[in-house]
Amino acid sequence: MLSTMASSNSHGQDSSYFLGLQVYEKSPFDEVVNPTGIIQMGLAENQLSFDLVESWLRKNPDAMGLKKDGESVFRELALFQDYHGLPAFKNELVEYMAKIRGNKVKFDPKNLVLAAGATSANETLIFCLANRGEALLLPTPYYPGFDRDLKWRTGVEIVPVHCSSSNGFRITRLALEEAYERAQKLHLKVKGVLITNPSNPLGTTMTRDELNQLITFAIAKNIHVISDEVFSGTVFDFPGFISIIEAARDRNLENTDVWSRIHIVYSLSKDLGLPGFRVGMIYSNNETVISSATKMSSFGLVSSQTQYLLSNMLANKKFTSKYMKENQKRLKRRKEMLVSGLKKAGIECLKGNAGLFCWVDMRHLLSSNIFEAETELWKKILCEVGLNISPGASCHCTEPGWFRVCFANMSHQTLQVAMQRIKDFAERSSCSGIGKSYQQNMSSFRRKLLTSNWVRKLSSSDRDEQER
Amino acid sequence: MEFTRKNGQLLSRIATNDRHGENSPYFDGWKAYNKDPFHPAQNPDGVIQMGLAENQLCFDLIKKWILENPDASICTAEGVDKFKDIAIYQDYHGLKEFREAVAKFMGRVGGNRVTFDPNRIVMSGGATGANETVVFCLANPGDAFLVPSPYYAGFARDLRWRTGLEIVPVDCKSSNNFRITRAALEEAYEKAQRSNINVKGVILTNPSNPLGTILDRETMRSLVSFVDEKNIHLVCDEIYAATVFSSPRFISIAEIIQDMDCNRDLIHIVYSLSKDMGFPGFRVGIVYSFNDAVVHCARKMSSFGLVSSQTQYLLASMLSDEEFVGNFLRESSKRLARRHCVFTKGLEQVGISCLKSNGGLFFWMDMRPLLKEQTVQGELELWRVIISEVKLNVSPGSSFQCSEPGWFRVCFANMDDETVAVALERIRAFVLKGKEEDTPDQKSKRWHKKSLRLSFSSSRLYDESLMSPRMLSPHSPLMLSPHSPLVRART
Repeated sequence: MLSTMASSNSHGQDSSYFLGLQVYEKSPFDEVVNPTGIIQMGLAENQLSFDLVESWLRKNPDAMGLKKDGESVFRELALFQDYHGLPAFKNELVEYMAKIRGNKVKFDPKNLVLAAGATSANETLIFCLANRGEALLLPTPYYPGFDRDLKWRTGVEIVPVHCSSSNGFRITRLALEEAYERAQKLHLKVKGVLITNPSNPLGTTMTRDELNQLITFAIAKNIHVISDEVFSGTVFDFPGFISIIEAARDRNLENTDVWSRIHIVYSLSKDLGLPGFRVGMIYSNNETVISSATKMSSFGLVSSQTQYLLSNMLANKKFTSKYMKENQKRLKRRKEMLVSGLKKAGIECLKGNAGLFCWVDMRHLLSSNIFEAETELWKKILCEVGLNISPGASCHCTEPGWFRVCFANMSHQTLQVAMQRIKDFAERSSCSGIGKSYQQNMSSFRRKLLTSNWVRKLSSSDRDEQER
Repeated sequence: MEFTRKNGQLLSRIATNDRHGENSPYFDGWKAYNKDPFHPAQNPDGVIQMGLAENQLCFDLIKKWILENPDASICTAEGVDKFKDIAIYQDYHGLKEFREAVAKFMGRVGGNRVTFDPNRIVMSGGATGANETVVFCLANPGDAFLVPSPYYAGFARDLRWRTGLEIVPVDCKSSNNFRITRAALEEAYEKAQRSNINVKGVILTNPSNPLGTILDRETMRSLVSFVDEKNIHLVCDEIYAATVFSSPRFISIAEIIQDMDCNRDLIHIVYSLSKDMGFPGFRVGIVYSFNDAVVHCARKMSSFGLVSSQTQYLLASMLSDEEFVGNFLRESSKRLARRHCVFTKGLEQVGISCLKSNGGLFFWMDMRPLLKEQTVQGELELWRVIISEVKLNVSPGSSFQCSEPGWFRVCFANMDDETVAVALERIRAFVLKGKEEDTPDQKSKRWHKKSLRLSFSSSRLYDESLMSPRMLSPHSPLMLSPHSPLVRART
C-alpha cells in the first residue's frame, strides 16, 4: 500500500538515542516545577550565548525588513524563492565560514548551496554523489541521525570504519583500508568517506595527520571526502580547527582531481545556536555537484525571512567577532565544569577541545563488557538517576561503555544538579558493588525494557524528536 | 568528453541525468526576460513576465498587519523575548500554534465546510518538498502515478527526479473543457497495466495549474470511487484553493470524502501558502494525509525541509487573526477577479478566447487559430514570436504536456496595473496587426521568416549562471540593484 521506505524502520528512529528523548519528554526537569524530572543531556544544542544575539536584535529592530517610513523589503523577501539564495546572505556566510577557519581559507559564494539545515544538506549531497545501493565509509562512533539522513531515502549503505579507544578513537589508514575491504566483500561500491570534524560525539578536532590520511586514501581509491563541519565554530581549545579544505590546499591539491571530490557541509545550528531556523549549506568545488545540489535545494530552501535576518546579523563584524570569542569562552568553561564534576565521581572523559558534549568513559560501571550491559546502565541513568545521556551503541561505537553527555543546552544550575546526581549515583554504585546491584535491581527492568517490542512500541508513538 | 564520462561515474545518476526537467526549451523564455526585463520607466520596451504564477496583489494588506502586530516578529522590541525559544525550536511536529492556525486557515479556505485536524498537519519545504515527500511515502522507484494533463511543469522534477517515480499522463481535451473523465482515467490505467507499469495513485492540482479551473463535485466523486476501486492513492495539490475568485466555490477533497464511503487511507492533500498568501519565499509547504502511517512517515521526512521557526511563529500569529484572514481572502478574491476580467475581456475583444476559469493566478489562452500548423513545432514557433516580438513571456502548453498544441498559460497576478495595461495592449496590437495585414497564408509565412531570425534554439543548453528556472523573477540576483539590501547586507 505504501512505499517500502514508509513501511520499514530504515528511518533509524527506533534507536535508544531517540527513545531517550521520548522518555525525557514525559518528565522533563524544571528547577521549580519538576525538580526530580529528567535532565536533558542528549541534545547537542548551544544555548549559552543567546543573550548576545538578543542584544544585537534589540539594537537592530528593522531586521524584519520593514521600515515604518521609507523603503521596505518585505515584499521582495516574501517573493524571493530563487534557489541560488539571497546574495547578501551567501556573501556573509562565506566570510563567516572563513573567519571560523582563522581566515586561512577563502570561500566563493558561487560554490555555496543553501539547504534546510545540515540534515537536508547531507541528504542532498549523498543524492548527488552516490546511487542507490552504493556505500559510504563512516568512522565510528558517529552521529545517530546519519542513519536517517544519509541512508533512508537515498538507498545508500553505510560501512563503518572502526575506531577504538586505544588511540583516542583516531582514524587510521589501517581502519580505512579494512572498512574498504569489508565493503568490497559485501559487493558494495564505496563512493566516499564522510567525517564529522569536529567530531560528534567525540568532541575532538581532527589532527592534520588524520586529515592527510583521509585525503591520501581518497586519492588512492578515487572517492569523495565529505566533511561535516557543523561544529567548527565550537572549537574552544587547542589544538584548534583545521578544515579539510585547508589540509588539501596545504598539500597543493587545488588543481588536481581530488579537489573536486572534497565537499563541506555546514550549518548555523550549532555555532550560532539557531537550529529552529533551518540554515544548512553545502560547499563544493565541483561544478556539477553545485549545479545539481542547487536544483535539489528546491526541496528545502531557507526561508527568505530568515536569510535576510541572518545576513544582517552576520554583516555586523564586530558582533560576530564578539560572539565567537565569548561563545568559545563559555563553552570551555561549561565543559570544564562537566569534566571536573565527572572526575569527582570517578568518571573520565576523552580529552576534547570542541563540540557541545563530552565523550564519557563509563566502562568501569558496566556489569560486564557487553552492549546489553551498556543498555542496562543507560536505562538506569535515564530512569533512576534522571539524566538523558546517549549510549555509545546508538552512535555505532564498537566498544561498550562510552556515553555522549551534552552540556551546552541547560542553565548553570541545572548542570550542577546533574553533577550532583552523577556523584551520588557513582557513590552508590561503588558502595553496593556494581555487578550485583544491577542483577538485583535490573532483572525485571531488563525484562520489560530490553525487548525489541518495547522499543518498537515507544517509537510508534508520536512524540519522538530528532536532534544531534 | 572525458571529464563528462568521468563525472558521470563519479557522481550519482540523479546528479548527471536531466530528469530535473530544467533543460527544456521552456526556459528560453525566462532567459529572454532576464536579458531584457520590462520596467515602465527604465525599460518600457522590455519583456513582460507572464510566465510566473505569483500572487502580488495583496501585499499592502499584509504589510499593514505586520506593522500593527510587532510582537509577531521575534526581531522587534516587542517580540525579541521569544527569540531564544523560537530559535531553538526544531521539533518536527511544528509549533502547535502554527499547526492550529494553518488548519483553521485551510478550513476557512474550504468554505468552513470541513475541519482540518492540526495533528495531521505536516511541514515540508514548500509544496515542492511536500509533493516529493508524498511520493517517497507512497511509491517505490519505478512505480507510477497518473497525472491529468496539462499539468504543472515542475512535476517532472518534484515527483520523479529523486524518487524514481514515473508519470503516466491522463490526456484531457479541449472538446470538453479539459475535464478529467472516468474513461480517460481508465484508459490510462489500463495502458499502464499492459506495459507492466505499477500505478500507485493519481495526483492532480485543484484548482488546476495551468487551467485555472476547479473540479466539480461529480468529477471529484468519480475520482474517489476510481482510486477506491483500484486501491490506489489520490493526492490533491490544493495550493491554489484561495485563489478562486468567483463561483462555483472551491470544494476540497476533504469535503467530498465526508459524504462518501471510501478508504480514507488513500486520500492525501498537499497545501502551501505560496500562492494563496503570496509567500513563496517563506517556504511553507504542508502535507495533510488521512492515512496515519503516511502522517508519521511524512513527519519524519519533514526533517529534510522544516519550516523556519521564525516563519512558523510569524504565520501562527497572522493566520489566527480571524478578522485579518477574512478581510484578506475577500479582498484577494476581488482583486484577482478584477485582473482576470480585464485580461480575458480585453482579449475577447480581439477574438482571442480563453478557457472559462474562476481560479488560479493565470488563464489558459487559446491561440490555436494563430498557429501555422497544429503541431508542437507550430506552437513553439508562435511562442518564440510572442517572446521576441510581442515581448511577453507566456508559457506554451507543450511545457505542461498538453496534448493539443496552441494553448498558452498567461499569468496576471505578478504585476502592477500599469504593466497589465501595457501587456494587454501589446497582445491586442499583435493580434489586430495580424488580422489587418495578412491572409492566413501570408500570416504563416511572416511568422516562419521571423522565427528563423531568432537567436536561440531549443537545443541550446541554458546558461546556468543566468538562470534560476525554478522561478526566474525580478527577484533573481541579476534583477536586484547592487545596492539592494538583498544583495549587500547593511551593517
